[in-house]
Amino acid sequence: MLTKRIIPCLDIKDGRTVKGVNFVNLRDAGDPVELARKYAQEGADELVFLDISATEQKRKTLSELVLKVAAAIDIPFTVGGGISAEADVSAVLANGADKVSINSAAVKNPELINRLSKKFGNQCIVVAIDAKQIAGTWKVHLLGGKVPTEINLFDWAKEVEARGAGEILFTSMDHDGTKNGFANEALAKLSELVNIPIIASGGAGNEQHFIDTFVEGKADAALAASVFHFGEIPIPQLKSTLKKQAIAVRI
Amino acid sequence: MDVAIIDYGAGNVKSLQFALERLGVQARLTHDWELIQKADKVIFPGQGAAASAMKKLTATGLDQWIPQLQQPVLGICLGMQLLCSSTAEGNSPGLGLIKAHVERFPNTVKVPQMGWNTIFSLQSNLFEKIEEDAYMYLVHSYFVPVIEETIAQSDYAGNYSVALQKDNFYGVQFHPEKSSTAGQQLLENFLKL
Repeated sequence: MLTKRIIPCLDIKDGRTVKGVNFVNLRDAGDPVELARKYAQEGADELVFLDISATEQKRKTLSELVLKVAAAIDIPFTVGGGISAEADVSAVLANGADKVSINSAAVKNPELINRLSKKFGNQCIVVAIDAKQIAGTWKVHLLGGKVPTEINLFDWAKEVEARGAGEILFTSMDHDGTKNGFANEALAKLSELVNIPIIASGGAGNEQHFIDTFVEGKADAALAASVFHFGEIPIPQLKSTLKKQAIAVRI
Repeated sequence: MDVAIIDYGAGNVKSLQFALERLGVQARLTHDWELIQKADKVIFPGQGAAASAMKKLTATGLDQWIPQLQQPVLGICLGMQLLCSSTAEGNSPGLGLIKAHVERFPNTVKVPQMGWNTIFSLQSNLFEKIEEDAYMYLVHSYFVPVIEETIAQSDYAGNYSVALQKDNFYGVQFHPEKSSTAGQQLLENFLKL
């Protein structure tokens, strides 16, 4: 049986992890490679690296990092953050990343999804969607949720699927950082609407939230950052809890 | 050991090379037929669309050469599917080494299948030291039904082939290079064939 995936997300700036990573037993918690190795050993099913740096050397630094990660781990990983050109995609895939995630660039130029999935295969194109409810309607947001658009989340999800996205990474800006659980109602609706896998993101605070997002939210995978980085939810323990709830996970 | 990875521009093989390095093997990525022919083991990778991959094989003559290989050959993902006669993906022919038609998953399940699934009914020394119901990482929209050459199965909208064997030609649908310790074991087993 295909299992539900647990995906830690690492924020990267200039080749280093940022945002309070607080792991014990790590020589260098700022080293993404060491963190990636630790997560792979703990049973993470996949990793996401989100590059938030905005320097001119970004592409070079990122592709060098991807190469080091690929050499260190034997589980799949996705790279995202400001990816907008074919050359960016080419560089990270050639160095061993399995998928790239595109976000704002896809909203600004939807044709990009068609081009990338045609060239690299839809299995490696993840479209990340940040959305927030405004007056009861889910609206897509840009630039990490800062800039609202008039685009409806569900319309956009249908469109990215039709254009060749292989997967959707949906982050609810209303839930992100709250630790109050994932946006399960919207997730379930997305899952029924499109026929590609959905990664739930935003709101993980405890183990029950993961159970809920897989059962009620019908998510195929769940992504989180701080609960893993701060050791609040150890992955082996989370997986054993999920298994007890008869949720298929890889142990 | 001399391991050749067939280079025909269909997908990225960096992770595969790293996985082999972890087993102490520096695999050679090449499209040079002489080098491929004299290698001890040959890996036939593949990602992306079947029809364009097949076109690349035909353009370089590899479609004629590959079936003549005598040493153990391992097709991975699309590489496994292309060992078959034909595929529903772009209605493309394959290399025809295994008489099977590759089909698309029905829309009763999410397509592509993406993630870790169990493999079972393991029937080859390719799976030595790998337990029944081990997890492997899979990403694919098309599948090979269970046939005579099936040496391992998985279940996604029903049972299907995740590994095939015909003589010296082996194929796996999953990505051993991304499948943690079980995947590493499979590559190690292949190198020992």
